[in-house]
Amino acid sequence: MALEKDYDSVMGRSNMIQKKALGMDYDKYELGSISFDFEKLMADVGYSVEDCAKIEAETAVGNTPLIELRNITKLAGKYAEPGKGARIFIKDEMCNASGSFKARRAAIAVHEAKKLGYKGVMAATSGNFGAAVASQAAMQGLKCIIVQECYDSKGIGQPEIIEKARACEALGAEVIQLTVGPELFYKFLEVLEETGYFNASLYSPYGIAGVETLGWEIANQTKARTGKFPAAVVCTQAGGGMITGTARGIKKAGATKTKIIGASIDLFGLHMASDEDFNKKSCTTGHTGFGIPHASNPDISDTPRSAARALRYMDRYVTVTQGEVMFTTEMLANLEGLERGPAGNTCLAAAFSLAQEFPKDEIIVVAETEYTGAGKHIQPQLSFARDNGIEIRFGDPSEDIPGTNLILPSSPKLIKCKDADITHMRESLIKRALKKNAHPTKEDISFLAAETNTDEGFVKETIKKLLNSC
Amino acid sequence: MAKKGEYVRIHRVVLKADERTAKLPLDTKKCDLEMWTKGFLLEDAEIGDMAEIETVVGRKEFGKLIDDAPNYTHSYGNSIPEIIEIDNILRKEMGGIE
Repeated sequence: MALEKDYDSVMGRSNMIQKKALGMDYDKYELGSISFDFEKLMADVGYSVEDCAKIEAETAVGNTPLIELRNITKLAGKYAEPGKGARIFIKDEMCNASGSFKARRAAIAVHEAKKLGYKGVMAATSGNFGAAVASQAAMQGLKCIIVQECYDSKGIGQPEIIEKARACEALGAEVIQLTVGPELFYKFLEVLEETGYFNASLYSPYGIAGVETLGWEIANQTKARTGKFPAAVVCTQAGGGMITGTARGIKKAGATKTKIIGASIDLFGLHMASDEDFNKKSCTTGHTGFGIPHASNPDISDTPRSAARALRYMDRYVTVTQGEVMFTTEMLANLEGLERGPAGNTCLAAAFSLAQEFPKDEIIVVAETEYTGAGKHIQPQLSFARDNGIEIRFGDPSEDIPGTNLILPSSPKLIKCKDADITHMRESLIKRALKKNAHPTKEDISFLAAETNTDEGFVKETIKKLLNSC
Repeated sequence: MAKKGEYVRIHRVVLKADERTAKLPLDTKKCDLEMWTKGFLLEDAEIGDMAEIETVVGRKEFGKLIDDAPNYTHSYGNSIPEIIEIDNILRKEMGGIE
């Protein structure tokens, strides 16, 4: 008998569909009402960081150049206090087969899909992960379907996302494009069930294990070039995968003192599921609309438990504005001769500001670049903003109001990242856990300390505070 | 008329506005959830007809035939004079730095 394909029926079969499409049973990692064994989930991937590097190398992924940004370092130093102005390096992730660091995540996921005998792979993504999965599927001989949130109700698409659809189709994938809304997951599940393909989720442990090579390379290349590990690595924070994987790789390379700083584009005030707000964004990835919810509630993903858990690893979380990112993208092209995509430069904009806080002899590494092209470039993105009524002008980025204006800094010295309230995110995570069980066990307390990168004292204090305020 | 076997684009409403039960902002609640995909026509059809296609992965999908020669129109957008101004600012700021 054919299965019912209406919304409620498909969503009701969600767990069953996911189990089949991920080739693994997440139930065995659950430890009660709050905690689960994250390290066991990661260990069960079964590949060391060296194994992942080997798998990635087979498909032209990894071992990307680490480039010192000498001119940008000089410019940042101009605005820093004497003795400050760390050296800025960038990991040129555009050099991966599909043009972004996402190729690392896709390489391991698609490798696994092939090993397990799946005929094809699917991913729900409007970002660079689509081309990454499509590229890997092409290389490894699997079929590929990418599901994108792409258009508003007038059928107007974000140029950045349309370019990504083009790339996926060029790489042989089918692209299903949808209007705004979380029911994308319904269509995704329906097709996943129909095809029996592997869910190459951004949030599976394979997707995270693949990023560990990025941190590993950053630590080792920096050490080989400069004789020391970086003082800080700046990673874009969206779904949390870059931070989780990179931080784990850095630690595995022995760089235990390197600070992990997350950076997102500030899109405060724009609702991510709003049809009207959809095209008021001038950057569609690497922003707080993904970054903050995924940090404080990592399990809002297309897997029963997400392996991307940014709060576990972030020492600091900063935001930059769309205008600062656009300006920095032009800076990278003009001063360093590297023309790269804007979204990938979120962490570069933050690093330009952060370098001014660190001593001159220290090193800050920007974890990524991404490819650029029609639609995915500051000119079409600014042009699209102007067409959508966004005011574009020079000024102080602190005047930026997402969805209303886009302020290009009138001087590079005005590029200043802002600290996001990471304590509040940690408290939100604990609050959410208490909703599952108001009486956490000793094991839960220790789990929440790891989840928030704090200690049991912080968790107990927060719980006391939350219970008192009820 | 688009012929059987031609590569086309189709459109379909996946969920009508009143069928959307997910937690949504009011503006989105008023809209249908729409879908577009591409593939090879299984039977001759006119633009505007409901049609069935086979996609590049071999999956069958149906919807209204909306384009019998799908292409990409995204570009580098219109001139943005501010970009040239960023270059000027950077040149000026770098002046005098050794």
